[in-house]
Amino acid sequence: MPRTLLSIYPKKTDRFDEMLAEGGAVRQSWQAFFDHLVAATPEQMRHRLDYVRRRIQENGVTYNVYADPKGTDRPWELDPLPLILSAGEWQEISSAITQRARLLNAVLGDLYGEQTLLRDGTLPSALVYGHNNFLWPCQGVKPPGDIWLHLYAADLARSPDGRWWVIGDRTQSPSGAGYALENRIIVSRVFPEQFRDLGVQHLATFFSNLRNSLAHWAPHNGKGGREGARDTPLIVLLTPGPYNETYFEHAYLARYLGFPLVEGQDLTVRGECVYLKTLSGLSRVHTILRRLDDDYCDPLEFRGDSALGVPGLLQAVRAGKVLVANALGSGLLESAALPGFLPGACQKLLGETLAMPSVGTWWCGEPTALEFTIENIDKLVIKGSFPSQRMDPVFGNQLNAAQREDMINRLRSRPLAYVAQELVNFSQAPVWSTMHDRRLLPRGVGLRVYVAATPEGYVVMPGGLTRVSSAANARLIAMQRGGSSKDTWVLTEEAVSTFSLLKNSIGINDLVRSGSNLSSRVVENLYWFGRYTERCDDEARLLRVGLSRLLDTSADAMPALVSTFDLCRSLKLLPVADEDDVDEDDVVEAGTLVDLAVDSKTEHTSTVEGASDPAIDSTVDRLELETQMLAAICDKEVDDALAGNIRRLLWVGAQVRERFSVDNWHALNRMQHQLQRYSEVQPDISDALAFLDQVLLTSSSLAGFAMDNMTRDDGWRFLIIGRRIERLIFLSNAISQFLRLPSTRAAGSIECLLELTDSIITYRSRYMTQPELLPTLDLVVFNETNPHGVCFQLQDLMQYLDGLASELGDSNDDSLRMAFVRLQSFALGRFEGLDFSHCRNCNPCLDLADLLGDVSFAAATLSDRLAMRYFTHVGDVGRQTLAA
Amino acid sequence: MNTTAVRYHVVHETSYSYESPVSLSRQHLHLTPRDCPWQSSFAHQIRIDPEPSFTRLRCDPFGNPVRQFAIEAPHSRLIVHAESTIEVRAHWPVGGLAGSLENSLANSPPWEKVRDGLAYGATPVLLDVNCFLFESPYVRVKHEFSAYASPCFTPSRPLLEAVQALMNRIYDEFEFDPEATTVATPVLKILEEKRGVCQDFAHLMLSCLRSLGLSARYVSGYLLTKPPPGQARLVGADASHAWISVYCPSEVGGLWVDFDPTNNLLPDTQHITLAWGRDFGDVSPLRGVILGGDEHELDVAVTVTPFENEAVANPGQ
Repeated sequence: MPRTLLSIYPKKTDRFDEMLAEGGAVRQSWQAFFDHLVAATPEQMRHRLDYVRRRIQENGVTYNVYADPKGTDRPWELDPLPLILSAGEWQEISSAITQRARLLNAVLGDLYGEQTLLRDGTLPSALVYGHNNFLWPCQGVKPPGDIWLHLYAADLARSPDGRWWVIGDRTQSPSGAGYALENRIIVSRVFPEQFRDLGVQHLATFFSNLRNSLAHWAPHNGKGGREGARDTPLIVLLTPGPYNETYFEHAYLARYLGFPLVEGQDLTVRGECVYLKTLSGLSRVHTILRRLDDDYCDPLEFRGDSALGVPGLLQAVRAGKVLVANALGSGLLESAALPGFLPGACQKLLGETLAMPSVGTWWCGEPTALEFTIENIDKLVIKGSFPSQRMDPVFGNQLNAAQREDMINRLRSRPLAYVAQELVNFSQAPVWSTMHDRRLLPRGVGLRVYVAATPEGYVVMPGGLTRVSSAANARLIAMQRGGSSKDTWVLTEEAVSTFSLLKNSIGINDLVRSGSNLSSRVVENLYWFGRYTERCDDEARLLRVGLSRLLDTSADAMPALVSTFDLCRSLKLLPVADEDDVDEDDVVEAGTLVDLAVDSKTEHTSTVEGASDPAIDSTVDRLELETQMLAAICDKEVDDALAGNIRRLLWVGAQVRERFSVDNWHALNRMQHQLQRYSEVQPDISDALAFLDQVLLTSSSLAGFAMDNMTRDDGWRFLIIGRRIERLIFLSNAISQFLRLPSTRAAGSIECLLELTDSIITYRSRYMTQPELLPTLDLVVFNETNPHGVCFQLQDLMQYLDGLASELGDSNDDSLRMAFVRLQSFALGRFEGLDFSHCRNCNPCLDLADLLGDVSFAAATLSDRLAMRYFTHVGDVGRQTLAA
Repeated sequence: MNTTAVRYHVVHETSYSYESPVSLSRQHLHLTPRDCPWQSSFAHQIRIDPEPSFTRLRCDPFGNPVRQFAIEAPHSRLIVHAESTIEVRAHWPVGGLAGSLENSLANSPPWEKVRDGLAYGATPVLLDVNCFLFESPYVRVKHEFSAYASPCFTPSRPLLEAVQALMNRIYDEFEFDPEATTVATPVLKILEEKRGVCQDFAHLMLSCLRSLGLSARYVSGYLLTKPPPGQARLVGADASHAWISVYCPSEVGGLWVDFDPTNNLLPDTQHITLAWGRDFGDVSPLRGVILGGDEHELDVAVTVTPFENEAVANPGQ
């Protein structure tokens, strides 16, 4: 019933209502959608809300830091109901905003060139020379095609009379287009029929236009065309990094547009060209789509304190060797004072009347405007003229007498730093109430529209990011202040273009078969992603073996429990008895990536000697054991706890999220939420076991994605090498310790080893007996078909390393190969007839344990060598800006 | 009226030695003296060791020559040796303002008139003057600075006389102390602590002038290393020096008049102009980004010697 939907929705308001016309009738463009809402059942709507929530969570759409080990994520807020705009209405917005884009582009061209606008007084020079983002070194630099703004966004609001106004310009590197895309993907699945039947315009063409434009204006390598056979320019998306508030969007857009996501340290300028540091050397970059503010882009010519930029970038731009979008210097137009002068500039530069006005703006640098502002301060909002002032808007009507006096003094003492603006009453649109069933609530909305430059002129994204205020009467809409968002549906009477960016006309020569443009940083992160996935898997498995033995309280289970416990200690997953030694070690290792193997070489002897006699340990305190086991899963004090490694895994994953499929993200996000939930409870053994099961399930999904869903490029190869090295180190350490520890001679221990190596099913299918040592060792060490066996890892690793050697010219390191050969030549027959339950320090056990120790050591050495060879130019070398 | 000209030989050598090798180095040099109406350069060269893999000469937006270079091979030291032969001609009392120095300062227009002529709405709009009116990375526009300057800027006082009084005040109240500040010391702190070096005094004076709505620029240059017999050595002579220049309209057109707050004098033939900009950041003699290097040692040596057969101008005569 419409009455239910609108029962708490105001019929009369002093704002413009997007859905209801005056008198309360539903507007024509909204009618069909509204009818559907009326007809929808409460269950249907609940499902839809759930779907939106789940998608946001699973896709990890955040506005904040993603998977920061310390911080918290704030999920993106999305209301399922779209903002609907009719074709006619959109036509007006669209033509006004393309005009504005043309104008702002021309203004930039003038201000970084002739400066006629300043000379004839159309613009006050204070707004240029007094603006931090007027980048002097860019003076006189002309971008290709005279395009300064490749992507521009305008913030619009609608006043009570139904007219749209521009309330802000985003010229630096507009954010939100990626969120708009994500909103669209979710909402079009929530209302698929309505989306299709209403004739909603698609967004994909816009992004393909943007991509084509960035290629169109990309520089060529000279007469011979671009380097290599292909004429495809290398376009990268430059991000400040995962700590940026909109990093999700950077990764999302990079993946959607197919651009490598790079940070400043991934790029280098040689001579006057920009290169991407890749695994196979330097690769020429033709276009940089930047999400880094321009004054941070080149520490040599702009802010020397920027650690994020690329030294020499501006010189490469000057020389015409790289296209930077938007052009360096375009942040200049993000000034609250500028809009007041645009009508004049529009006449002057374009000979046209500005089609869509800006909200009333008075720059106090003009004496008359200053007096006007002081007289009318109650009706105005005061803002800083320049973004660098970082001033929160001051609403005149909210000031008490003293504050008012103070504000007026500030205005008088430095008038040119302030701007007064008319207060805007945002229009309102319905949002779906999460508190009530079937109720619509009114919320203020603003619209961010996006414009891209093309060789044929500016084009507008048919849609945009609708931003929703947190309260009905809010004066401001800012995502940082807890606002929400909506999809924007622009209707068309013509046929909807169903173009998708996934289909494109690519000729045979455009085919790209390998990702040669992987940056070393990405490869390094993928390698560690592989290692941490495996590390979490190994630890979870070992802890699960231990915890499940704890659940069995019968006396028979005790010896196996003790041997598992010893194994955990010798692998340093549980604290070792001798506290003093451990402390020292922990201090050294804190905060570094700990390699089990590197330590194991020296630790072997001491742990064996320190390992307790099973007779004594059988009296071990179960409660104490339980506490230690639980702490090994999740304890803030224990840096090496499983939870710590999961956080590292998530962090590393976040660094390279644009490399992963959506399903892969889902798995990582699930893991993060599970960890979050688990760390909020006081877990008992069964909670812990359930959590370990979840971890193992996720890690096996991640392994599956790696095998099934990732292209076989060098990044993938390093990820798999990381996994293999980690598993090899774990297995050879675990089995080596198993052979040395006295407590493993007890009944049930061999079964634990089989469980730990996930080989119990294979064993049972092959041998119908109780687990015995010889066939078990064959299975977990020598059998090359067991993916949880030592030789399988070695075999596989050798293959990948040979590949690296032939493709990247790596000199193969032989120590691991030698260890492999020695291991293969070990005579397993020496274990024949050996009574494992009674042997102590027997030669076959010790010899095999030594061999496995060598394997583990060689694997750790290999890891270091790979890091030296492929990763080092990313990490430790510091950059400094010096002046003398 | 002093009409002599002096010819100088200037050697400016900067050497870095790095603790560990630098694998990539890109530098911008403001070491080539610009020509001005009272100054001409006869010979100039810059030698860079090791040999750069890339060099480029261009003009910055303020008209100063900039030499850019990059070294892309590992190196553990860098030497930049700049050598120039320059003639400086006497140029004060300030051209266009008649009479003795005192007279010409007194004949400058009232400072408020100069200020109002630079405000938005006044015509003509002088862009190359306006660009030195506002804040810049090292120069702040704040109430504290205009308050400090205001006793010197009494109503209707001739601009140049007021600026000279401000220079006097800074010279009297501030102490030259190379240990007190670094390049990063904010100019507000310099006002509070009342100590610093020539760069700091220049930034302070610029902050005062721009906070009053006047246009003033930062000048980087050199001083004669050994003074003529009988004269005291000027402060700042063993390194590159800095002072300021203020804009003053006159009947014959716009003038830029130099003031050296470190030595409390109006520069003439003892000051050699290298470059000017909004502040130190625009014209630092050497600015670069290096990859690697860790700790480094920096050694800067400046030697300015007059050619012996030329007469030496003597300020104060």
